[in-house]
Amino acid sequence: MPVQMPDINLVTMLPEILIAILGLVLLLMSAGQDAERGRKVNAMALAGVIAAAALTVVTANGSSFGGFFVVDPFARAMKLLMLLATGMVLYMSMEYMRDQKFDGGEYQVMTLMALLGGMIMASAGDFVVLYMGLELMSLSIYVLAAWRRDDVRSNEAGLKYFVLGSMASGFLLYGISLIYGTTGTTLFTGVATALSHGHISTATIMGVVMVLAGMSFKVAAAPFHMWAPDVYEGAPTSVTAFMAVLPKIAAFAAIFRVLLIAFPALQSHWNPLLQLLAVASLAVGAIAAIGQTNIKRMLAYSSIGHVGFILLGLTAHTGLGYQSVVAYLAIYIFMSVGAFAIILLLNKAGVGDEIEDYKGLGHKRPMLALLMALFMFSMAGIPPLAGFMGKLYVFMAAVQSGMMMLAVAGVLFSAIGAFYYLRIVKFMYFDQPAEGAFGMELDFSARAILTVTGVVMLVWGLFPGALLSWSGASVKMFQ
Amino acid sequence: MSMYLLIILLPLVGALIAGLLGRRFLGNATSRLVTIICMLGALALSIQAFMQIAVGNGPTVREEIFSWIVSGNFKVSFGILIDRLTAVMLVVVNGVSTLVHIYSVGYMEEDPDHSRFFSYLSFFTFSMLMLVTGDNFLQLFFGWEGVGLASYLLIGFWFTKESACNAAIKAFLVNRVGDFGFALGIFTIYMVFGTLDYAAVFNMAAAGQYPATVDFPLWGAVPTMTLICLLLFVGAMGKSAQLGLHTWLPDAMEGPTPVSALIHAATMVTAGVFMVCRASPLFELSQTALDVVTVIGAATALFAATVGLVQNDIKRVIAYSTCSQLGYMFFAAGVSAYPAAMFHLFTHAFFKALLFLGAGAVIHAMHHEQDMRHMGGLIKKIPVTYGVMMIGTLALTGFPFLAGFYSKDAILESAFSANTMVGNLAWVMGMTAAILTTFYSFRLVFMTFHGGPPADHHARHAYDHAHEAPWSMRLPLLVLAVGSLICGVLGQGMVGDGWFKEAIFIAKGHDALAHAHHVAPWVKWSPFGMFLIGLTLAWLMYIKMPTLPHILAEHWRGLYQFLLNAWYFDKLYDRLFVRPARQIGKGLWLTGDVTIIDGFGVNGTAALVERLAMGLKRLQTGYVYHYAFAMVIGLLVLITVYA
Repeated sequence: MPVQMPDINLVTMLPEILIAILGLVLLLMSAGQDAERGRKVNAMALAGVIAAAALTVVTANGSSFGGFFVVDPFARAMKLLMLLATGMVLYMSMEYMRDQKFDGGEYQVMTLMALLGGMIMASAGDFVVLYMGLELMSLSIYVLAAWRRDDVRSNEAGLKYFVLGSMASGFLLYGISLIYGTTGTTLFTGVATALSHGHISTATIMGVVMVLAGMSFKVAAAPFHMWAPDVYEGAPTSVTAFMAVLPKIAAFAAIFRVLLIAFPALQSHWNPLLQLLAVASLAVGAIAAIGQTNIKRMLAYSSIGHVGFILLGLTAHTGLGYQSVVAYLAIYIFMSVGAFAIILLLNKAGVGDEIEDYKGLGHKRPMLALLMALFMFSMAGIPPLAGFMGKLYVFMAAVQSGMMMLAVAGVLFSAIGAFYYLRIVKFMYFDQPAEGAFGMELDFSARAILTVTGVVMLVWGLFPGALLSWSGASVKMFQ
Repeated sequence: MSMYLLIILLPLVGALIAGLLGRRFLGNATSRLVTIICMLGALALSIQAFMQIAVGNGPTVREEIFSWIVSGNFKVSFGILIDRLTAVMLVVVNGVSTLVHIYSVGYMEEDPDHSRFFSYLSFFTFSMLMLVTGDNFLQLFFGWEGVGLASYLLIGFWFTKESACNAAIKAFLVNRVGDFGFALGIFTIYMVFGTLDYAAVFNMAAAGQYPATVDFPLWGAVPTMTLICLLLFVGAMGKSAQLGLHTWLPDAMEGPTPVSALIHAATMVTAGVFMVCRASPLFELSQTALDVVTVIGAATALFAATVGLVQNDIKRVIAYSTCSQLGYMFFAAGVSAYPAAMFHLFTHAFFKALLFLGAGAVIHAMHHEQDMRHMGGLIKKIPVTYGVMMIGTLALTGFPFLAGFYSKDAILESAFSANTMVGNLAWVMGMTAAILTTFYSFRLVFMTFHGGPPADHHARHAYDHAHEAPWSMRLPLLVLAVGSLICGVLGQGMVGDGWFKEAIFIAKGHDALAHAHHVAPWVKWSPFGMFLIGLTLAWLMYIKMPTLPHILAEHWRGLYQFLLNAWYFDKLYDRLFVRPARQIGKGLWLTGDVTIIDGFGVNGTAALVERLAMGLKRLQTGYVYHYAFAMVIGLLVLITVYA
């Protein structure tokens, strides 16, 4: 039997190759004794991210390794979002890392490796590649979560994430093996062909359910969300910010690919599942957040709620639905990064993570409080901010697909969720600050990120046209 | 931008500048100046418009400014309609308003909050102009509500005074009752005609393109035109303080006196009369509605005059007088003599504004004393004010060749020559009211200016320091006094044949006004006879025998109390509406809102959510094996359900 050489088309992987090489180079650099190496590593990491973004934009459609690795408009869009998120988080954390003595270089290497894993997931055309990317990303983030080695909570966060994440990987792998067993291939397109003619066995469906469960863990959709609050709270804030954005984009990209390319034939089976996950996430995100006193925990629940909205858009199964998902992800990145930038700034100045610590911020730091209020209002979905547009399109898609009950549930949970966002605003503006609070200097980098994210909130809220056309173009291939 | 649009917008500009920038940036003097300049500009333009349209026989102005509301078949544009009817109103509104603005400079001098006051005044003027210039019913309603709001704000201008706040709320609520009817009337017009545009509605009405009746479940068929007109008239009753919905007007005197002159005498309260005249093509089609208008108008004229006889507060006397005169205007409209109603509206604006501003000058002189029993002999202290008040009084009471002589007589003659039952009834009531009008007007003058100085120590002190008003107040008084002297002669053309052209429609056979020019001399001169009777009575009781009123009041104690309390309308309404409403409100509040809606709805939901939140929080134990267990359970559930 002649061995067929797969087609190797390295040009399609240029952004990934760049990030991988950069990561290795930086690892070598960080082994040095140079006291300034942190700054250099950071600058190079940022430059690499920007270069990778540029390469991503210009990479042509195509595939490599016999369809294992695919580049299409959707993959490009998702990679761009990941690069953007990583770049913003790295940039805004610069001063924080120096302050926390994270800037030896290894931190940036792990960040880049996680990014690489995520990018591979977005381009995966095969279950094995998908699993590889997922593990690369997850392992890097486990390490990052436990970065503060002398802090019990940080260690606990890393360990919890690792143990539970391994279990989720187990689900995923078991699911993949079931699918391979019933269809005889791991290639997405191959699976789709096998399923389109022929009998669909219970084992296949079980496989789909288990794959979805594994992915749901990564995006922290209920009921696979329980790790999120503890890990968000325990991890260093810069890691939390990273964790809140990168894995979500990567996992959603993978969910898109698996469901729409490998399993379109099974839509009637997995769609109710998505709806259940969506409603459960909405409910947990809205209700559980109310009892929280820690702002990072609260944002963890908030992100679970956002995942619920994104899943809601996905279940619509129309062009508008997919479009709303991509748009929501983009908006979510900016909202989330902005909110974490403020927490980071205040953390660095010695302000705690309790919501009570934000008392009177509006009196002492009007601009900062205004921006925080802006992000909170946007997350609550109040016009004219970007978060409102995101929710609006999700609801529109849901209603258009006749899922009236789900849309109503979404609106109700959105109303409940508004409570805890507004509570922060109340603390900032209606309570008196403690003696001598908030008298810090503000970092330049975090301020720059705050400005950008704040402006984006307003611009996308008032003029969503560009965002919508971009997100529409990126999902055209799924229709 | 057209000149006509500018007339409306200038006061708005003044109001916005004074209101938004006045307090913080401009200061009192500049705010005053800005609003007065805007008003002068609007006045000059409206005089030009009047000259062009009313005097120079120019064509009716119709301009569409922009589409206001477009929703399916429902389309309303913001437009300007200036015919002779509107032109008269423009001059009245802007004229009085400008004078009141100027007058207020002196009157409100001690008040620190000028910018707010002048902003409200200008805002009122803007709303009133919207009301009179609109070319459709919705714009009319917009202005209608706008003046209501301005009235509320100005009555309660001294918001630290409890009585002023109560009066403002009362005015607002009573007007709400009227506005409810008015709004229903407009809804009915839309339902019947499918449009709110004056021209379209009137054309269809004239052509008979409407169903004869409107059916109500459980009630039956109601003639369409009667329904529309009566509903509109309910609105007019509220705004123009007609019997039944009049109770707010006397209380509205809690507002600053310039406000009373502008809003509660010369302009806003006449909006009802204007509206009836504007809608004359509709009213003419329903004899029932016309009869109701006549009877209510005549009854108000008489009722308010009787109450005015015994009031002691100088402003309340004039307020009841206003109420009574508005009644005259309505019954004129009711006998189809719309031009006579408009003519009286025009002259009334001059002399009633004059009387109010004069009363303001008296109050100013007496250090905010309003009770006439604490006044007297002021003729020596403030002769100029006395002079102008006398002119106003003579004009009101119909002294020959002054304003009221022409306009009130035109109304009475029209009622007489209508030659119908209600017409005759209105004539008798109007004649009686004329005696009473003369009596209470001269009673006011005699009690205030004649006789000796007040005996009361406090009042005596005020009397000793009484002084003539400053020039900013005297000038408007003089202008209005001249107006009261000549506006009757100059304006009598208004009641001539078809002066209002197509603005007012009078059906064939409704020729009371045409006949009014040819009544017998005794009818023509009998109002003057009433004047003489009233004057004699007043002179007897307040100059010749000053103890007589007291004796009469003691003798007919019940009647005196009945009149003094304005026929106990307020008490009646309190029993009938206010207290039951409070009871219902309290019931709904305690059981409906607090127990049911808050208890189960708002707080109940919140409590439920909180319990759920606490439950979820308890699930979040922090143990890895709990989390792992939850994941496994979750997976099992998913597999069981979907696989």
